[in-house]
Amino acid sequence: MRFLFKTDYEDDIRLFPHSGYVYSYGLLLAVLLIAPYVLSSYLMSQLVFVCIYATVGVGLMILTGFTGQASLGHAAFLAIGAYTAAYLQQFNVPFPVYFLAAGLLTGVVGALVGFPALRLQGIYLVIATISFAFIVEEIMARWESVTNGNEGMRVKAMQLLGTTVSRDGPTFYYLCLAVLVLTIVGTLNLLRSPTGRAFVAIRDSETAARSMGINVALYKVKSFAISAGITGFAGVLFAHKLSFISPEMFTLQLSIEFIIVILIGGTFSLHGAVLGAIFLVMIDPFLTYLKDDMPGVIAGAAATLGAGTERAGHIQDAVAAFASANGLKGAIYGVIIVVFVLFEPLGLYGRWLKIKLFFQLFPLYKRATFKRQKIYVKSERNR
Amino acid sequence: MSYFRAENLSLHFGGLKAVDAVSFAVEKGEILSIIGPNGAGKSSIFNLISRIYPPTSGRIFFEDQDITQQPAYDIAKLGIARTFQNIELFENATVLSNLLVGRHRHSTTRLWQELLFLPSVRAGEKAHRRRVEQVIEFLDLEPYRDKLISGLPYGVRKVIELARALCSEPKLILLDEPSSGLNVEETDDMSFWIRDMKSELGITVLMVEHDMTLVNRVSDRVIALNYGRVLAMGSPSEVQHHPDVVAAYLGA
Repeated sequence: MRFLFKTDYEDDIRLFPHSGYVYSYGLLLAVLLIAPYVLSSYLMSQLVFVCIYATVGVGLMILTGFTGQASLGHAAFLAIGAYTAAYLQQFNVPFPVYFLAAGLLTGVVGALVGFPALRLQGIYLVIATISFAFIVEEIMARWESVTNGNEGMRVKAMQLLGTTVSRDGPTFYYLCLAVLVLTIVGTLNLLRSPTGRAFVAIRDSETAARSMGINVALYKVKSFAISAGITGFAGVLFAHKLSFISPEMFTLQLSIEFIIVILIGGTFSLHGAVLGAIFLVMIDPFLTYLKDDMPGVIAGAAATLGAGTERAGHIQDAVAAFASANGLKGAIYGVIIVVFVLFEPLGLYGRWLKIKLFFQLFPLYKRATFKRQKIYVKSERNR
Repeated sequence: MSYFRAENLSLHFGGLKAVDAVSFAVEKGEILSIIGPNGAGKSSIFNLISRIYPPTSGRIFFEDQDITQQPAYDIAKLGIARTFQNIELFENATVLSNLLVGRHRHSTTRLWQELLFLPSVRAGEKAHRRRVEQVIEFLDLEPYRDKLISGLPYGVRKVIELARALCSEPKLILLDEPSSGLNVEETDDMSFWIRDMKSELGITVLMVEHDMTLVNRVSDRVIALNYGRVLAMGSPSEVQHHPDVVAAYLGA
């Protein structure tokens, strides 16, 4: 086990506490950089989605994980970013301009949502953000002169430095990766400066934060604005990746997926946003596999167990009907959330920390080490 | 003019008069204790000063400035820090970041500078840390720097709350029952610290306290309250022997 001897205040400020971090994150970055030349195009596409979801996850983490303000409206922020890009693109606005414009506009909208949300807490804030998301969804469907209504909008390939960036190419992937890395670095910077500490203070005790001189209302609005702005940036990339956007893509289910990203990953660290994004993006192929292959597999198993061809056929049909039932995805998400909240409230990153500590302390690991931190998920903490 | 002054301060919840036309003054550099039975309105006065409740009537002056209408977060900026009776720390943060939040009123960096963590932010962080370390040394908190609050015992949390208030470099500190939940030894430490705050750091102290030993040891003056009204004011022994105070405590 490594013991850090701190000799300078810098030791508590720097992003990488010791050389081990530099090597491991450097290695990770190297792997991510050569990924396009190694992985199949399907996996590359998934990786791009991981980057986009993780960016949104980081944004949501600032608001929900660090400031303690729950939001089920982030699909709407993503939509505002995506639609701004699609709209401005029609007037031949260059990519960097509409990218920044989308982030700024979404940030401003986020701040505007933040103001009425100041007086709301817990479940009421959740309801308010859901209503906001529905309003945005409705506006996208009705404001046909701008959004083209339910017909949706086509998003042309990105033009960057005079070249066309294909949404399946490595350049687009690098761009998404860069946005994610910059977002994470910016957020880490924020967390080690007064603003980030003010967010955490508001999460843990508004009364104490106020008596320490923190303008709670201002910082809540800031948190909303930053969170929304990051989501807006992700929205531009999302629009380009899908190359077509329409209102029914930005539903409540998408907002819930973002909540899953941070909940499954672990709401106390930015690692959680990335791990949660990987989990969420990779669960989709798994669900598809379940839908396509499970009926056959189960029927085959039934047949081997002596169920007879006819009955095996019935079983196959029944399983297929179940697997393609409407809302199954939502139900599975629900089960996943419940299981994680009950058994691993610290999320995937918490699990990773436990495994790491187990090996560091072997054979002295005690389960109770993480016991107290479980307090974190008590409902009043998410108020 | 007094350093800090409350004039006819009242806080009514419907018919209940939690604080009823209370007037008192705190001189610069003194330790003033407020005593009184449970429900006498002691903590309510603190909550009025730190603007958690708006007063029903009356005014509060600090350094000859009317602060009755200031928003809660501005009170700290003026140099009034406080602790809470039932510890209000940031549970899921380390001791160090709790103390750094105490430095909030001194931070001058802007959001965009923080996003890029410019050299000015870095320099500011180090300056804050230096001040925090002084407080850590003052209150002997060295072993706990990187610990999460949620894992610390009550007595230590109490000291950390005091430390957080001191980190803001207050001119006036409001201590709400600094010794509640502490054992005899910890209470002793607390009384030394309170006196040192006055003599070494030059901080004016206004405290609410039940432990009369502590009150007698540290206070310059004492105010006794009951049912939201001032019963007596004066030196610790004067107040303790005042017939109204004896009646309020003994029910005679």
